Amino acid sequence: MAHIPDGVLSGPVLAVGAAVTLAGCAYALKRLEPERIPQVSILSAVFFVASLVHVPVGPSSVHLILNGLTGVALGWAAFPAILVALLLQAVLFGFGGVVVLGVNVMTMAVPAVLCGLLFETVRRRWGHHPRIPALAAGVCGALGVLLTALAVALSLAFSGAEFRPAATLIVVSHLPVMIVEAVFTAAAIGLVLRVKPGILDRSDGLVAAGAVK
Amino acid sequence: MIPGRSPGGGLLATLDPRSRTIAAALFALVVVGQDSLPTLGMAVTLALLTAVLARLDPIATLRRLLALDGFMVLALASLPFTVPGETAFALFGIEASQAGLRLSLAILLKANAVVLMMLALLGSMDPVAFGQALRRLGVPEKLVQIYLFTLRYLDVLHHEFRRLRTAMRARAFTLRSDRHTWRSLGYLVGMLMVRSVERSERIVAAMRCRGFDGSFPVLDEPSRFRRPDGVFAGLALVGMSLLVMVEVS
Repeated sequence: MAHIPDGVLSGPVLAVGAAVTLAGCAYALKRLEPERIPQVSILSAVFFVASLVHVPVGPSSVHLILNGLTGVALGWAAFPAILVALLLQAVLFGFGGVVVLGVNVMTMAVPAVLCGLLFETVRRRWGHHPRIPALAAGVCGALGVLLTALAVALSLAFSGAEFRPAATLIVVSHLPVMIVEAVFTAAAIGLVLRVKPGILDRSDGLVAAGAVK
Repeated sequence: MIPGRSPGGGLLATLDPRSRTIAAALFALVVVGQDSLPTLGMAVTLALLTAVLARLDPIATLRRLLALDGFMVLALASLPFTVPGETAFALFGIEASQAGLRLSLAILLKANAVVLMMLALLGSMDPVAFGQALRRLGVPEKLVQIYLFTLRYLDVLHHEFRRLRTAMRARAFTLRSDRHTWRSLGYLVGMLMVRSVERSERIVAAMRCRGFDGSFPVLDEPSRFRRPDGVFAGLALVGMSLLVMVEVS
């Protein structure tokens, strides 16, 4: 779903996607400390591997998008991580287009960063509660899928009225994925919170330290 | 996970990776800007020729081309029915327009021409060489490092993932469509996150131990544009100008 091929979207949509992705990556790279690069990369590899799993839903199966989880785990660094993952898929596997790469990254990374922001805010307030942070992660899992589906649908709809039925279909067909990712992300982050919560700490917090105190 | 490929690429292997990267990017930009079916047909032909030159495995390549995203197949299939125009045929009483058919054919040709060219020019290259080419073309160093580290650990993590899955299977876990399955897979990935971050901590320690100062010396290893690159650039320019000329005429 984050693999719109080349040739579908119109020029202005492509330009907006490229601009947002460039700006987001530039900002994220600027605040990424060199020390964190191995951790960001290895988590990006985890999400890459996990997104290849077929998860059964009803009679069919789906691939997870995992951008909610990526955002919760990486914060702003989700931008370059998603760019790298999609670049690898486009170049090595021929999944998704090249000129459309900016749009594909934007539709996944912007929701991811928003999820990261949401999760961090919740964690700052209810960090010691036994359940709330994991529940928030579940909400992020669903929210990531929903926002991505909406962004893909909007990119299609802005590219031409003839794509509107397909755009609606994309949003509707992702409702089951939202439920799966909510349960999945809550479990994954719940485990991380119990075993090694330090992974989710970021010295370069999304929320400026002073803003919450 | 990363397809094991010989450093092949046929004749293309003699080129500087930067030449291939630039040519691939330019080709994608040019092709996406074209609209007439003859031009796009020619673009596919050019990509096919390059694929032959790069000695791509025909079966594996075909399988990749067919693996278009399911939703996009749906989007393309719906176009003939949503674009207004002269009726081409009718299905279950709904009329399909010629303009819509033409549009979905154009998109299909464009997408496949670009993917085929990517696989031919870039997919046949050592992915590490591609990363280094990106760096030398001015892509920020941190981004290239994330690319190289991710590439390096994809394979390692895939193995680790498979090991954990085997362990789950040994405990009689089967994939079903229920909360238990989704939660168990979540735990699996959570565990993978914890383990891999611990791995990355060891990596950082080992790198620091060897005096890592924020950049890979290997990235600065020089390769130069040589005569084959000149020939290739000339051919690529002729090919792409032909595309634009056919489109205009």
